[in-house]
Parts: sequence; structure tokens; C-alpha cells
Amino acid sequence: MAEIRNFTINFGPQHPAAHGVLRLVLEMDGEVICKADPHIGLLHRGTEKLAESKPFNQSIGYMDRLDYVSMMCNEHAYVMAIERLLGITVPERAQYIRVMFDEVTRILNHLMWLGAHGMDIGAMTVLLLCFKEREDLMDCYEAVSGTRMHATYYRPGGVYRDLPTEMPKYQASKWRSRKDADRLNEARSGSLLDFLEDFTRRFPKAVDEYETLLTDNRIWKQRTVNIGVVSPERAKQLGFTGPMLRGSGIAWDLRRKQPYEVYDRMEFDIPVGVNGDCYDRYLVRVEEMRQSNHIIRQCIAWLRANPGPVMIDSRKVRPPRREEMKGDMESLIHHFKHFTEGYCVPEGETYAAVEAPKGEFGVYLVSDGANKPYRLKCRAPGFAHLAALPEMVEGHMLADVVSMIGTLDVVFGEVDR
Amino acid sequence: MSEHIAALAGNIDTQLGARARRVGSLPGELTLEVAPADLLSVAKTLRDAPGLQFDTLIDICGVDYLNYGRDEWQTNSATRSGFSRGVDRNALRAQEEKGRYAVVYHLLSVALNHRVRVRVHCTSNDDPMIDSVTGIWPAANWFEREAFDLFGVLFGGHPDLRRILTDYGFIGHPFRKDFPLIGNVEVRYDEAKQRVVYEPVTIEPRTLVPRVIRGDRLSG
Repeated sequence: MAEIRNFTINFGPQHPAAHGVLRLVLEMDGEVICKADPHIGLLHRGTEKLAESKPFNQSIGYMDRLDYVSMMCNEHAYVMAIERLLGITVPERAQYIRVMFDEVTRILNHLMWLGAHGMDIGAMTVLLLCFKEREDLMDCYEAVSGTRMHATYYRPGGVYRDLPTEMPKYQASKWRSRKDADRLNEARSGSLLDFLEDFTRRFPKAVDEYETLLTDNRIWKQRTVNIGVVSPERAKQLGFTGPMLRGSGIAWDLRRKQPYEVYDRMEFDIPVGVNGDCYDRYLVRVEEMRQSNHIIRQCIAWLRANPGPVMIDSRKVRPPRREEMKGDMESLIHHFKHFTEGYCVPEGETYAAVEAPKGEFGVYLVSDGANKPYRLKCRAPGFAHLAALPEMVEGHMLADVVSMIGTLDVVFGEVDR
Repeated sequence: MSEHIAALAGNIDTQLGARARRVGSLPGELTLEVAPADLLSVAKTLRDAPGLQFDTLIDICGVDYLNYGRDEWQTNSATRSGFSRGVDRNALRAQEEKGRYAVVYHLLSVALNHRVRVRVHCTSNDDPMIDSVTGIWPAANWFEREAFDLFGVLFGGHPDLRRILTDYGFIGHPFRKDFPLIGNVEVRYDEAKQRVVYEPVTIEPRTLVPRVIRGDRLSG
């Protein structure tokens, strides 16, 4: 009789289903996984070490690049940690803007996840549909910050500037006719809030569309139901947070349990799963998109009615206005100091966490009173989730590994940091 | 919220007694300092004791206190009393005397909705070693690998203490304060050898903005 041996295969780091640069060493018994060993760190850039060598404000942009599909949520945790150490409170309007953009980010992230996860397990159309909606939200990012992804919009003390009163518009060109441009510009004639409101009216229909394609789809269910089941107890032991924990049936959401900014004034539901499998986590995330949409609408209503400052009025944290700088020596000095040396943060340590789309994104900040962080640690939700992958895939088929990487919603920018 | 924190602090004090020392922290946060020898028993109590129930390990973070409270501003003794940049450093030194390396655990109770931070200073500065908490919180596995990789803190009893974030065959622990920001080696593809080669770095380390510590507090 022939000797039967286990087979070791290498998955990634260049594999379309590896969601970036995950390398998996899989020990296979036929088509069943005996052991999986994820190798990470291929995207390690030493963000935390870099931050130690820069004044506080100059690291905000690095935060965008951690989890590069939920940019503003990362910034949020970082600026919140600085604000706590400084002991400052953010103006109410800035808090609403932050909440609104956190939810825009959540939708951005979940759309990206849904599209990529769908494509991984064979649903091509969803990706195209998701990216269509994503484009509009990217435009909102662009309108407030000037960039489509790496916004650097949140600053300690508030946000960089108030919401713009007009949206960038499409122009007719060789590739786009005047008629097409006009059609695309129709929703863009008003302010950012008008545009977002129009989006929130359209978006639930779009989610219905994704659900029509997937929720009762036989192939989708075969690939996700009862795959990667995690019990609620185990989920807590493994350090799961966010949709991974809620998918296992624990109603845990930082926005509700430890509310930050103005989440305590928002009305929304926390969806939870029942079985803790990939399908439940899919349902949780889809419902979260609907809830985010609901929160954005509440923020829009408030923001329309309540104009006001979006940045704390402190010379130390906020750079002076351009006009002030022209005639006022003091302002010029403040401007110079702000952009070179920065400000000193009182000695202390804090941990600020936000409910990022992927789970709890936390920033542990140690300051020794200098103008640079002494130690910055980013607690990435994806890191803890990926650590559980070997346990989750054991005993499953090779093809299920792809569903499971998808359901973890890992992004290597934050796992490797 | 503050009553909840106060009650929790009281509860921790009674459950842990002399094994943990509460240190000052921002309002709404609790920090404990624990001796390395007590870590496992304290961790077990924190997880299991009623009223504490820290069922989730959120994060493990290594910290190197080598240059804590020291700035890069070159001043001589004359300016120390003349300008506000002179700092009272005696308070800051205390942190370092406890041991250069510390491991900070962030714990969360999903059941009771509260958090705590536990800091353990390693006794040895040359071979920092600490007990692994993987047996108490399985989530600790990768976090401890990370702290080992970046700071060189050894975790006794860890099932699989390998490097995790750095390159295969990496030498050194990059997040230590005496490890240069630009690193020690650079890589390039060598046409003659037909492979990637490692060489000592050629760029000069430089500081764009010096680290300064000012005693002044934030005001209006």
C-alpha cells in the first residue's frame, strides 16, 4: 500500500484572495486543512516607531494608511487619544461631523468588504455594484479634505475645516458627453450635505439590490453557512471585537456601550448573529450599513440646523487663520511653532478606542511631556482576528479558507502596521 | 461612569490586595502595576473574580522606557534656569528605575463593560523575561509574539514564540529606543549575484524636529 503523507502548500503572499499580502502555510490532508500558519509582516512599515520621531500632528496621515479602507476611523482613535491627554473637548459641530464621517467610513469599508468577499467566493456582480456606491462616498471624502482616501481630516481639537457648500462637479470631455456630465452633476448642485442626503435616500435601495443577489442565493449560502463557526465564549477568548463578535451573538458595540462623541444621542440598532458563521457575519455587516445610513441622516439633520465652530479655539492646538497671520505677529509665531515644533502633550498615558468598521481600533498613547509621542501602539482589530484564523480553518476544506479570510475582513495595512 | 470606576477600583483593591498597586491615570481609566512574579495569579483573578470578569484581552504592548523624559534639546546649565524649557526631570526618572522594559496589558470585560490597564516592568534590563498569559487569554498568542519581536521581551511558557512582524532572518528588536529609526541594513537587487543582497545602510540618520519638553500647560 502506498504511503500517505500530508501535503504542505503555500498560499500567498501574492494571491487575489489573500486580501493583500497574507502568506499562509497550509498543511493539507487531501483537501482538508490540518494546520494553518499565517505569516504576516510583509507590509510592516513601523508606523508606531515613525510616529515616535514626529510631532503629534504629523502622524495623523499615517493613521489613514493603517487600515486603508476605513481611514477616518483610524484618525479618530488617534486624535481622541491626544485630546484626552491634552484634556480638551471638541466643539459639538465637529463631534457631529466626526460621527457622520465615521459612518460614511463604515459604509465605505463594508462595501469594499462585501465586494471583495463576494468576488472571492464567486459573485462578480456585487463588486461592481458596491464600487458604484463607494465612488459617491469617496467624493464626499474629496469634498471635505481634498483627497479621496487618505484624508487627514480629523485634527486634535476638531476637524480641519467646516463642510463645503459646494461639491466638485464632472466636466464634459472627449470621454464624457455633456449630457452624461449633467446627469452626474444633478445631485452635486447643492452642498455636501445635500449630496449626502441624496445618497442616503438612494442607498437603502442599493443594499436591497445586494441582498437580492446574495442573501437567498444558493451558492452564497453553500459557501458561507456553517463555515467558520465561532462560539460566543470562544470569540471573547480570542479577543474578537466588532462584527466578528456580534456575528457570534454578543451585542457588543462601543458606540452604544462606551459612547464617544455624540453617539449617545444617535438612534440605531445593533444587529447580532445567531450561529457565529460566515453567513451571520455577512448579515450583520449588511444590516450595519443600513444602520449607518440611518445615523448619517440624523447627523445631516442636526448639522443643517446648527452652524458653529468646528475647531477648538486654542492657539496651542489650532493653527491661526490665514487672515490673522497677515497682520498679527503673534499669529505668525504661533503658526511657525505649530508647524515646526508642534505642541507638547502633558505627561501621561491613555487608551482611546473607537468602533471601527472592523472592530475595536484603539490607540494606546504614552507621552512624557514632549512634542512627540513617547510610545504609540495601535490596537488593530484585524490582528486579533487573523490570529484566530488557524483555529477557524482547521478541519475545513481548502476552498473555505478563502471564505474565512474574507469574513475576517482583514486589511494588511493595520495588521502589519 | 465615575462611580462605576470607583467601585471597580475598590473591588480590584480588595480582590488583589498587595499584589497590585494602583497608579494615577486619567479620569475614567484604571492602571495597575504588578510585579512580574504575581502576573499569572493577578491575571487569573482579574479574569475569574466576580465583579471583575475581564474576559477579553484587548491588547499587549511593549514599552521601552530608555529615554523617557529626556529631550534632544541641547542646553547648557545657564539656560536651564533662564528659560521655561528647563524641566523638572526628577519625577520622570522614577518611571525608568522600575525597569527599562514594561509590558502593558489592556483588558476589557464584555460582560460588565469596564476596562483596566495592567503594567508589568521586567526585572532584568538585559534579558527581559515575563510569564506568558496565553493560558489565560488565548488572544495573547500573537500579541506576545509581537512584543517579543519588536522589544525582545521573552514570554515564558509561550507555545510558539517566533518573530511575527519583521523580515525572515531579521536581527535586532526594532522598537527598542536604541535601535535607529533608519534601521541597520538596506536591501537591493544585485545584478551580478542575481539575488537580493543586504548591506549596511548608506543614509545618514537625522532629526528634523528635535524632541522638546516644555513645562508649560495648555492654556486658552
